[in-house]
Amino acid sequence: MKRYTPFIVLALLSALPLIGLSSYAMHLVILVVMWSVVGMAWNLLGGYCGQVSFGHAAYFGVGAYTAGILYAKLAISPWWGVPLSVIVVALFSFVLGYVVLRLRGPFFALATLAGGEVMRVTAENLVGFTGGDLGIMIQERTWVQKTWYYYIILLVAAATFVLVKRLAESKLGYYFVAIREDQDAAESLGINTTFYKTLALCVSGCLTGVAGAFYTNYMGYIDPNVVFALHDISIIAIMIVMVGGVATYWGPLVGSVIMVLLAEWIRSIPGLGTAHHTFFGILLIIIIIFLPNGIVGDFPNLKRLLRLRRA
Amino acid sequence: MTDLLEVKRVSMLFGGLAAVNDVSFVVRKGEILGLIGPNGAGKTTVFNIVNGFYRPTKGEVFFRERKISGLKPHQVCRLGIARTFQVVKPLQRMSVFDNVMASAFLRVKGRAQAEDIAMEAMAFTGLTGDRDVISKGLPLGKRKKLEISRALATQPELLLLDESFAGLNPHELDESIDIIRKIKARGITVMIIEHHMRVIMSISDRIVVLNYGGKIAEGTPGEIAKDRLVVEAYLGEEKSA
Repeated sequence: MKRYTPFIVLALLSALPLIGLSSYAMHLVILVVMWSVVGMAWNLLGGYCGQVSFGHAAYFGVGAYTAGILYAKLAISPWWGVPLSVIVVALFSFVLGYVVLRLRGPFFALATLAGGEVMRVTAENLVGFTGGDLGIMIQERTWVQKTWYYYIILLVAAATFVLVKRLAESKLGYYFVAIREDQDAAESLGINTTFYKTLALCVSGCLTGVAGAFYTNYMGYIDPNVVFALHDISIIAIMIVMVGGVATYWGPLVGSVIMVLLAEWIRSIPGLGTAHHTFFGILLIIIIIFLPNGIVGDFPNLKRLLRLRRA
Repeated sequence: MTDLLEVKRVSMLFGGLAAVNDVSFVVRKGEILGLIGPNGAGKTTVFNIVNGFYRPTKGEVFFRERKISGLKPHQVCRLGIARTFQVVKPLQRMSVFDNVMASAFLRVKGRAQAEDIAMEAMAFTGLTGDRDVISKGLPLGKRKKLEISRALATQPELLLLDESFAGLNPHELDESIDIIRKIKARGITVMIIEHHMRVIMSISDRIVVLNYGGKIAEGTPGEIAKDRLVVEAYLGEEKSA
């Protein structure tokens, strides 16, 4: 049964547009799937390899701008940004990783946070290259209907799921977790920790960048404060994995369903909506106290808790 | 016997403090070499130098006549030196089996081969029955065994054991002595740091004694027990001659 779960989920998700959802509902579903890609990417580096990044907006943004600049400067379809962002972000994360992966634990987290902010300020100020705060607008939309956007991001998500699962079950997965648990022990057991951390960072960055490039195509508009946002990209990526379940296969998907719907719901509450980050903060505290392994990771505990309540 | 490891005039300075001062010794192929000395004598520092965590301030280390000082720990491990830690460092949230698997991949590509190596390494120290236990919950004795299994799974030629007996009860102590003898019987050379005199005297072929970062004696257990400097280091100088 367990072996077929991914296929069943994929089949159900593929059938989703057939039930005639409204355009708004489709928009939310697309966001959920896109965020699950970012979550899975973050999970590879933060969940399995234990390198907690507060700067995944850097990769998301570089991916988004790869597509945007292709369009704005070279008049090439921004869809080419999706494959090209893999190469661009790989190079970018290699360079960034070379600097930040020398640091450990909280120092690494702070360096990645700074990295994301540096990219935002850079994009704001390189007006000739990025258009600065004016952003980049994609004038012609590929499709009016959302269905094809959905299938494209679903394909990306399915590929990401398979990639992360295969990595986690291979030798690399053992190495990543060994590095997470104890870097010195891993190093003295013959694991080239610098190399494998860089690898985890590059793969994680590339997947995030692909999601960013998709975002440009789908939303049709990007600016530095949106795609390099600390609070709306970097922090949400962490929240998704923390809520869903760190180092689990399904955690990022579950987390992004909850986070996207929750964000929409809170934003729609009159008078409170602008404070949605406050609610996210409270939610994170609750999760860390009661479900430190996230909803998927602590599912057995969660079930027991609910049963107790009923009894 | 040929020399497997040569530590040649090695010094390690931390600021102005010499943790290890001009120490030389060799480890011969197939032997068990004990490294003893009072607290703070520099024993673990010597391990960290051999293992590659520290680059010695002065001097060099050779393994199979190849210079290894300056290499990174993972490179040293690949060449055939594995170690355990004084403060046991199991990969806490992984099962015993996964812990050993992580190091079993070092010399093989495929999962099946790595599993064979891991199973063998666990059987060797008697951990087969605990293969699915999360290592966080293991009692100290088994955690020490896990450390040894992990090191063995890298298929080393030289094994560095840092206080693998500390804190064990007499029964576990006997088991561990058996394990070390079995390791030697397999042809793996062992260098061991130990405070437990009964253990070190009974299993070591030769012993090197450190005090205040310097080597004060080297010889067979019988010679060491009679050495004046060693007795002074452990028991203090006699006041009246």
